[in-house]
Amino acid sequence: MLIRLIPEVGHFALIIALLMAVIQAALPLAGAATRRPLWMAYGQPMATGQFVFLLLAYGCLTASYLLDDYSVVNVASNANSLLPWYYKLSAVWGNHEGSVLLWSLMLAGWGCVAAWRSQRLPRDMLARVLGVLGLISSGFLLFMLLTSNPFERQLLTMPTDGADLNPLLQDIGLIVHPPMLYMGYVGFSVVFAFAIAALLGGRLDAAWTRWARPWTNIAWAFLTVGIALGSWWAYYELGWGGWWFWDPVENASLLPWLTGTALVHSLAVTEKRGSFKSWTVLMAIATFSLSLMGTFLVRSGVLTSVHAFANDPSRGLFILVLLAITVTLSLLVFALRAPRVSHAVGFNWLSRDALLLINNGLLVTMTMTVLLGTLYPLILDSLGLGKISVGPPYFNALFVPLTVITCLFMGLGPLARWKSTSPGELVRRLWWAGLAALALGALIPLVYRGEWNLWVTLGLSIALWIMLSLGRDLFDRLRHGRSPWQALRRLSLSYWGMVLGHLGVAVTIVGATVVSHYAVEQSVRMAPDTSVSVAGYQFTMTGINDRRGPNYLADTAVIEVQRGDSRRRFVMQPEKRLYLATGMPMTQVALSPGLFRDLYVAMGEDLGDGSWAMRIQYKPFVRWLWLGGLLMALGGVLAVADKRYRRVRPATPVQEGHG
Amino acid sequence: MTPTRKRKLLVIVTLVSLAAVAVGLSLYALRANINLFFSPVQIAQGEAPLERSIRAGGMVKVGSVSRDAESLNVAFTVTDYVDDLPVDYQGILPDLFREGQGVVVVGELQDDGRFRADEVLARHDENYMPPEVAKALEDAGYSPADFQAKAAEIGRQQEDDT
Repeated sequence: MLIRLIPEVGHFALIIALLMAVIQAALPLAGAATRRPLWMAYGQPMATGQFVFLLLAYGCLTASYLLDDYSVVNVASNANSLLPWYYKLSAVWGNHEGSVLLWSLMLAGWGCVAAWRSQRLPRDMLARVLGVLGLISSGFLLFMLLTSNPFERQLLTMPTDGADLNPLLQDIGLIVHPPMLYMGYVGFSVVFAFAIAALLGGRLDAAWTRWARPWTNIAWAFLTVGIALGSWWAYYELGWGGWWFWDPVENASLLPWLTGTALVHSLAVTEKRGSFKSWTVLMAIATFSLSLMGTFLVRSGVLTSVHAFANDPSRGLFILVLLAITVTLSLLVFALRAPRVSHAVGFNWLSRDALLLINNGLLVTMTMTVLLGTLYPLILDSLGLGKISVGPPYFNALFVPLTVITCLFMGLGPLARWKSTSPGELVRRLWWAGLAALALGALIPLVYRGEWNLWVTLGLSIALWIMLSLGRDLFDRLRHGRSPWQALRRLSLSYWGMVLGHLGVAVTIVGATVVSHYAVEQSVRMAPDTSVSVAGYQFTMTGINDRRGPNYLADTAVIEVQRGDSRRRFVMQPEKRLYLATGMPMTQVALSPGLFRDLYVAMGEDLGDGSWAMRIQYKPFVRWLWLGGLLMALGGVLAVADKRYRRVRPATPVQEGHG
Repeated sequence: MTPTRKRKLLVIVTLVSLAAVAVGLSLYALRANINLFFSPVQIAQGEAPLERSIRAGGMVKVGSVSRDAESLNVAFTVTDYVDDLPVDYQGILPDLFREGQGVVVVGELQDDGRFRADEVLARHDENYMPPEVAKALEDAGYSPADFQAKAAEIGRQQEDDT
């Protein structure tokens, strides 16, 4: 009997969490404004309590899934008794209500960690940070309880079995992709809270940046992994072999990533030089607002994709209002307070400061172009001016050149000095890297394919430019010091973080360039014992089998693959599945992954007479795309691990620059 | 004007003009790359441009899908129950493509009135009819509810058969 009450327990836990969030928002903020230590002290226990109760609520929903409690609407519409237990666990966030719960849980988790890790922050600062986090949390919990309650019951019309999880979401990629992405989105809320707290307190010093930087880096790293996983998932799960579609939902995650990247770099300047303060704060606000906007786009149902679950206009409106309030309030605070925290620090137009400023300008321009392409159709539609869609050519036409320009500066940045660099020195240290990058970039396509290609040359050249200039910098650093070994040990972890991050970008660019230009795709008609040759591989279909999975039926094609004349053969088995509960067909791709090439076979439809349509693809270097993403994320994590961020330091203002 | 103000003005003017150029270029790129949506009614009335990338959509007419025996060529008819649009496609149809279900095709309208699709998108919709098509029907003076009911009925029949 008690088991039947689990959803009610969860529901009550949610309500208690909301009350705590409201207290966490109201008291510490008021306390900081009126200097009452007792009120400010409410922040920490409330942040902890909120996390505990959300964890309880989350546990209750998970239990309902595991116990197949179909009296809960959410469980009934997203699970099925045949669903394997691990998919039941991931089904918890494979739907709108559950994913909002996960979002809130993570927000509370970050808030709790922030409350306990930041004990050394000045008391009023901590109170303000927690207060802002409490505000955000209240908004989301209110949203959940009013419009998307995951514990809603249907006791009278309880179905005998659930409607099952969308087959596209029954996959390992989905188990990890949303939590990573949310950790990123939500992580930026902490940075946002820090920025607003700094504005409210009128204090933005070196200590502040030292607090804010690790949070930014870690959120950014999570977001990077989340995006890479999403791209990887789309690659093998959707059966098309594409890895980026410029789909609005993908753009929604890319936008905060772009401004987040700008924020990571501008924070570096603010910490080292004390400049760009208001810009840094603006980037923090923009990044979090774009995270919210991403949530709005994905959750409101204005977009149609696998991400848009049940559509309900009231939800979209709620998030839109939440977004509007956040943006308006934070920009208002920014406009009123930013002049107090900013001060001008001079620098030369050829210096690391200037290069990072250019980097920020370019990243923001990219954000604007992607934002424009994503919102344009929505705006036209809401104004009744027609239904249009903006295709990948638009994004490629603007994004690719901007990336190339950004990468040119990326090669210079790490070698430039703060404040001022002499052009002669830069040229002396880098001329060979530029020449070598161009020469190799031009040669590799010739050797690899026997044919020159402008775009491949461009892509490879800028990737090589980034790598070679990093190499040059490392080489120079190793020469300073008594021995190279000693110099190597002296390099800080944040330096290695930067190296890995930049290397990751170069690796991703190599992957994107090669796979975009040298991938081979062939759609063919195949019957048993027919054979096709694609990119030097011989694909022979030997048979078609039937198979029964836990909650689906499948036709499996057995395809033998042989490379050229080599003896080695291997078997690939793509499947066409029919999920029983939903009646939805699904393509299960067969992959033969490799560091330098993937083979990709997807089953199309049954053409009758025993033959099937097959899509066979050869994808060179496609793994590099995601490998680069992982390297970037690892760079972010290394930078956080730098001991500089754990050292206790008194809060001293950044020293004034000259000029 | 003081020199500082002059410098600030210069910076602002530069930034604004740069931003204007960027926005202008973006809008130009947008104009060249947007795909307008047309329903069979609109195409039958001659509203759609020829040999330019557009999107069209409707329901796959029951019994209209015909495959070539040798290749992956396929022809089918998209209908909004007022007018029909014949579509040619070469390649693999998406998993959710079925007769009686909603579909969106991206491609070019040929001067013989046939649509050559480069891409076929299908998804399951509770209303069975893509929202763009319902909107176009309404604009053309029909009541989309009737057609949606019809589409849903045919869709359900199709599902029962399989």
